[in-house]
Amino acid sequence: MQFSIKSVVAAGALAATMTMSTATWAADTIKVGILHSLSGTMAISETTLKDAMLMLIEEQNKKGGILGKKLEAVVVDPASNWPLFAEKARELISVDKVDVVFGCWTSVSRKSVLPVFEELNSVLFYPVQYEGEESQKNVFYTGASPNQQAIPAVDYLAAEGVERWVLAGTDYVYPRTTNKILEAYLKDKGVAAEDIMINYTPFGHSDWQTIVSDIKKFGSAGKKTAVVSTINGDANVPFYKELGNQGINAEDIPVVAFSVGEEELAGLDTKPLVGHLAAWNYFMSVESPENAEFIKKWQAFTKDEKRVSNDPMEAHYIGFNMWVKAVEIAGTTGADPVIESIIGVSVPNLTGGHSTMMPNHHITKPVLIGEIQGDGQFEIVSSTKGLVPGDAWSDFLPGSKDLISDWRKPMSCGNFNTKTGKCGGQGS
Amino acid sequence: MTTLLRKAYFAICFFIFTLITPMTSPFADDIDAQINALAQGGFSDRAKIISALAETGDARVAPALDALANGLLYIQKLGGKVVIIEKAGSNYKLTDPITLEPLGEEPKGAFNKIKVNNRLRRGVRDALGGLRLRSKNPTDRLAAAEDVFKSRDPAAIPLLDAALKTEQNADVRKVMQQARATAVLFSNKEASAKIDAIDVLTLRSGRDSRSILLRFAKSAEGDLKQAAEKAAVTIEGALAAWATAQNIWYGLSLGSVLLLAAIGLAITFGVMGVINMAHGEMVMLGAYTTHVVQDVISQSFPHMFEVSLLISIPLAFIVAGGVGVAIERGIIRYLYGRPLETLLATWGISLALQQTVRSIFGPTNQEVGTPEFMSGAFEIGQMAITYNRLYILVFAIIVLLTLMLLMKKTAFGLQMRAVTQNRGMAGAMGIRTDWVDAMTFGLGSGIAGIAGVALSQIDNVSPNLGQSYIIDSFMVVVFGGVGNLWGTLVGAMTLGIANKFLEPYAGAVLGKIVVLVFIILFIQKKPRGMFALKGRAVES
Repeated sequence: MQFSIKSVVAAGALAATMTMSTATWAADTIKVGILHSLSGTMAISETTLKDAMLMLIEEQNKKGGILGKKLEAVVVDPASNWPLFAEKARELISVDKVDVVFGCWTSVSRKSVLPVFEELNSVLFYPVQYEGEESQKNVFYTGASPNQQAIPAVDYLAAEGVERWVLAGTDYVYPRTTNKILEAYLKDKGVAAEDIMINYTPFGHSDWQTIVSDIKKFGSAGKKTAVVSTINGDANVPFYKELGNQGINAEDIPVVAFSVGEEELAGLDTKPLVGHLAAWNYFMSVESPENAEFIKKWQAFTKDEKRVSNDPMEAHYIGFNMWVKAVEIAGTTGADPVIESIIGVSVPNLTGGHSTMMPNHHITKPVLIGEIQGDGQFEIVSSTKGLVPGDAWSDFLPGSKDLISDWRKPMSCGNFNTKTGKCGGQGS
Repeated sequence: MTTLLRKAYFAICFFIFTLITPMTSPFADDIDAQINALAQGGFSDRAKIISALAETGDARVAPALDALANGLLYIQKLGGKVVIIEKAGSNYKLTDPITLEPLGEEPKGAFNKIKVNNRLRRGVRDALGGLRLRSKNPTDRLAAAEDVFKSRDPAAIPLLDAALKTEQNADVRKVMQQARATAVLFSNKEASAKIDAIDVLTLRSGRDSRSILLRFAKSAEGDLKQAAEKAAVTIEGALAAWATAQNIWYGLSLGSVLLLAAIGLAITFGVMGVINMAHGEMVMLGAYTTHVVQDVISQSFPHMFEVSLLISIPLAFIVAGGVGVAIERGIIRYLYGRPLETLLATWGISLALQQTVRSIFGPTNQEVGTPEFMSGAFEIGQMAITYNRLYILVFAIIVLLTLMLLMKKTAFGLQMRAVTQNRGMAGAMGIRTDWVDAMTFGLGSGIAGIAGVALSQIDNVSPNLGQSYIIDSFMVVVFGGVGNLWGTLVGAMTLGIANKFLEPYAGAVLGKIVVLVFIILFIQKKPRGMFALKGRAVES
């Protein structure tokens, strides 16, 4: 009863009738929750992922659904409001009775929904590169962990002769943790403390004059310098504009970014940025039959032949296909059987290989380094030979060095401490 | 690899230039084969071929290398012929990389790009630097000398000496001598020559000289090391003085952005007293107008791109002003005298406007191009001033002055001030007060729209554009003194400069907090801001 009142209040009489009709059909569909912000600051990135999920679900239904049932998408809007993510997750699981949720972008939003998924024992697929240091039973991390993005990028630059590093980031958990890992890694490799400059800026920072000129100054100490940027989406455009204007070109001080993809470059004149780098596990410019087909479908689905694809979309593509396969193996959509059967599942990714779900709930991915081109695309200048398995706990931080994660029985533990031999070393 | 390439190149260029007569290579077929081979293998293979190409000693490889660095060298999928391309719709216009003869047009699909990375680009740049030292165009020669300066290559010394003999242009000569100095530092010339070189670099000053001196100091010994280190310290001292000037400039520039964002609010909030939370969205509408204008121009009148911003200014004023008038007539006029409700209503409007724009244009950033005259930077001493910031500063001042003129010297300005100071009396004098209200609000909103045109040049054009400016705008208006345009100017500049001086010490995050705390304390002391208006109307 409370449920129907809520829907009436929320969406009016029309919505209520619709909910009732879905309720009668509920037995015949499998519900897939989509938890991405459609308004607020993060809408810029997350709306695309919602569309990508809708497309994947539509494709799967054309193939006849799963287990003879059609899939039904339930879209909610957490409005870039972190506590609201938890509320909406709860609503999806307990009110809409979804079987699986694909969603979240920022780490804070993921952290906010974690307890909900644990409590209600449901499944979340998280598609964005993140800082690691986490492995939770109900969450599958299809984005890159630091060893699948940040570390290979730094290795590439070091091989190009870079000796002095600027770690610039937006001030929140992902850049702070990633920079901590990178700092430890660089010092391990023998980089002196005075050759590392760390700088944080607030969300949406738009006046980069001082920082860019600081970078210029830092880069004039007679050693080859590079910038490793964990600057978040929106602040990147003014940052790159300032770089271009102050004449920092990629041949002298290259910038490698972890949060700048095709989508972010779409709002930018990229000609002054040619040669700056990004590290991802997928680029739209990857040449593979799977990717060509995916882009064709995506542009047809969005009815926009200039629409770009990006890395988190591929993560959802992989995650969704893994979930479909796991459900088929388990024969049910129940959380526990799916969580058990998905480990070891291998599906094609868009770069021409197969990604596998590992016991630590992370996946294997290739690492690609691309240089920005004048047309807003990336040209791949380096890629790992094979696939890199995602590492939940960094090997370079003192607190997490000894931790491993393995959700297979009998261990079933996200943070097993190999030194003490006990589950529950740190974190969640 | 690159040094070898460079050395070979300089040696060759020198040879060519002294002989004047360009060599006709007996190895034309060989070059052809090697250029075709560029498309094979990875980056390191490509680097080897580039150096081999340079060693063939034929000046005709320059266009091919140049095209390679610019990503315009392609290979035909069938036949494997390497060509220089130029984009022409869905076709490529082809040019032979050696003979430079046009080869007609072919569809894009038939070609693959030959990939380059930063390292190859750097190699090509250094190698081509030598060639351009004898270019007819002084700007090219200057750029080439700067390239040689960066490359620090001893092999360039004879080439530079030869070029210096004939060079007439004083600026180019100076840079060539500086380039020669860096080359000497890293050559095996005697110590006295190196000491002279250090002096030349000290005179040049600047970050790049310091960088080169420090790099040299690492490998040098004894007196030379000391001299280089001392020179680096001298340069550092000179740079510190410039840094203060640079900081003031950054502050003024940030201030001008704040000023632009706040001027409109100074009218709607400062003069009318409406707490307009949708002010930021008016700025956003202006930015989107610019985007639409540029879109139309690039599709229908591409040659007019340079003036797209000028066309956008009146249009943005009309669009944002029109929306402003509609908001005033539709909602705000029912809420005068009820600030809390106005605040909530305009906040609602701002969300609605954001979502509308998001539905029409999508949530992603929209591209707004920068016209040629606003790109790049120039230098005064050791201070780099970017053109876009300079134009925005000038533009902000012009907008402010125009607005002041309008307020003080026109009949409309008089009516506006009359209505806001004493509505009843103004009405009794025959002024249509509600019409003036609507126009005033429209004016404030329209100016916010104009600000949007300027801000589209430095910030994201996304539905959230306005949100990042609304708090700052209120801060500026309150700090400067409500209802006073001079106050807005001084307030914006003060906050801008304070912010920039705090940033290097406190960091961007803490800097902002400190400024905010300062304003709160300031408002405690002077609740009406720096330049308070006096008079009965204000007191009540």
